[in-house]
Amino acid sequence: MAEILPLLQTSHLTMRFGGVVANDDVNFTLEEMELRCLIGPNGAGKSTFFKMLTGQLTPSEGTIRFRENPIAGNLPHQIARLGIGIKTQIPNVFNGLSVRENVWLAARRAARRDASAKRAAEIVDEVLQRIVLTDLADAVVGQLSHGQRQWVEIGTVLAAEPELILLDEPAAGMTDEETVRTAEIIAEINKTRALIVVEHDMEFIRMIAKKVTVFHQGRIMMEDTVEAVLADSRVRDVYLGKKVAA
Amino acid sequence: MTEPVKLTLQCVAVLFACVVVGLLPFYIDLFELMQYTLFCSMAVLALSLGFIWGFGGILSFGQTAFFGLGAYSYAVAAINFGDSTPAIGLAILIPALFALALGYFVFYGQISDVYLGVITLTVTLILFNVFNSTAGDAYTIGSARLGGFNGMPAVPTFNMPFDPSNILFPEQSWYVTGGALIAIYVGLRLLLRSPFGRVAIAVKENETRAALLGYDPRLVKLLVFVIGGAIAGFAGALYVNWGAFVGPTIFALSLSAEIIIWICIGGLGTLVGPIVGCFLIEYLVSQIGTQQAVNSNLVLGAILVVFVVLLPKGLVPTIRDGLLALGRLGAGRSRRGDAARGHEIVDEGPAGAQPAGAE
Ligand SMILES: Nc1ncnc2c1ncn2[C@@H]1O[C@H](COP(=O)(O)OP(=O)(O)OP(=O)(O)O)[C@@H](O)[C@H]1O
Ligand SMILES: [Mg+2]
Repeated sequence: MAEILPLLQTSHLTMRFGGVVANDDVNFTLEEMELRCLIGPNGAGKSTFFKMLTGQLTPSEGTIRFRENPIAGNLPHQIARLGIGIKTQIPNVFNGLSVRENVWLAARRAARRDASAKRAAEIVDEVLQRIVLTDLADAVVGQLSHGQRQWVEIGTVLAAEPELILLDEPAAGMTDEETVRTAEIIAEINKTRALIVVEHDMEFIRMIAKKVTVFHQGRIMMEDTVEAVLADSRVRDVYLGKKVAA
Repeated sequence: MTEPVKLTLQCVAVLFACVVVGLLPFYIDLFELMQYTLFCSMAVLALSLGFIWGFGGILSFGQTAFFGLGAYSYAVAAINFGDSTPAIGLAILIPALFALALGYFVFYGQISDVYLGVITLTVTLILFNVFNSTAGDAYTIGSARLGGFNGMPAVPTFNMPFDPSNILFPEQSWYVTGGALIAIYVGLRLLLRSPFGRVAIAVKENETRAALLGYDPRLVKLLVFVIGGAIAGFAGALYVNWGAFVGPTIFALSLSAEIIIWICIGGLGTLVGPIVGCFLIEYLVSQIGTQQAVNSNLVLGAILVVFVVLLPKGLVPTIRDGLLALGRLGAGRSRRGDAARGHEIVDEGPAGAQPAGAE
């Protein structure tokens, strides 16, 4: 009998940039359908971790397994086709194209599995409603506000229908109202899919979190429930002090 | 400009071009007609680079490599077969295969864009030197002598398909060349509307995002590059058909640079732009050539400087944006009532907001 594989597992994952060790022996496991929050101070290595998971960086050492596939060092498009989608920290969209075209490009790859143009069009309409940009569907993305571009990127991630969704600071630049909506969408996605969410906004973490992983200086410092993490004195010291105390 | 308006304009432009191609022989003399035939074959070359640079983000400094290879392939094949039909096919196929090999090396080797320019430039120089040193009997392919720096004179021109005894008259060559230009424009337009074309534009816009969505940027760019090479090769065949001659100067760097100038002046990121730029500059150069007072390179340089400073986007995009602004002014007047009813300002789309790839 084969053991049940976790959705994602990294072992001894390490990334060095010259002398800087951005990720140091990271052993991380995510179960199917799990929602995990990733926190840690600036420069802790969260984005670097995401870049290795999505093939934008090749790890210096260690392995990544997505279900049964070893993916460390694979190219971004190969990993994307296996079903990992990412919203990067800096909005990464097609600035010169319309909102609809952005979402269509993602939907088309997803719809390819059942190879139908109609399916792609359906996904586009669904997603545009979900990110509440139907009215701006024909606007050029580069002309939108930072918050709206974040939504476009989230839309492209949703439209691609990945198995695992990585969100790097999804609420940055959003209004309070939009932040709440993001939290709602995350909860909704999580009914069918696994997510890893990086955020600095503790209110937001409280809204969505179940289990939290804390990164510090490239290592996993602790991993526990959101309450336990926020109550931990070491975590306060490295990162949260001012914000949680307030 | 809305999608239907754009489509209508494009269709009108194509129809107009068809009429011009059809009627021109009745209005101008043979000498001028030959000249326009040359311009059309050059415009096909301009389209090939306008496509890969404007829509694939690939700046090749050596588009003439494919142009020249197409020309030589055509010449060698036409001399050997005595029929232009398969020769035209080879003039497309051989440069396309060469682009495939070169592109595979560049794109799958993850060589950066800067080096792409250097490599294409170098390849063109190498081809020039190779063909320049093919003088003598040793360099014969079948019954075709490559002829070194003297080139290959008296190459058979186009004949009716599979009918070598029926050589095309200059008027017919005009119809073929002008028609080919229109056909390639329409073909590229359709390609850009197809899923593949949309993905190619996306890769040009943001390679990382395209890859993160699961598109392989290497493959997309390679295909764009190969299509560009095939079109440039076809332009080479059209060029030989015009002059019945090909020599190694076809690989000259000055021509490579000129294509880039056509596109800068006509407008990068459009398909009409490269054609307009090519016709304009070629016409100017031919006019300057008829007198001695000013040097044509000087004029060309001056025009380029003026454009870079005053119209950095090029003619076609500037005119388009001007028309759009006018249209918006008109629409704004009649729509002010609507705005009061609560339309968001963003609905109108900010000034100059045009999805890339739409002209
Ligand atoms: N390409 C790179 N070259 C050199 N150093 C890098 C590179 N990318 C990241 N680093 C370094 O690695 C460390 C981790 O950076 P990373 O962006 O992963 O942090 P982060 O946790 O995402 O921080 P933030 O919360 O500010 O986004 C930092 O010290 C950063 O300077
Ligand atoms: Mg980061």
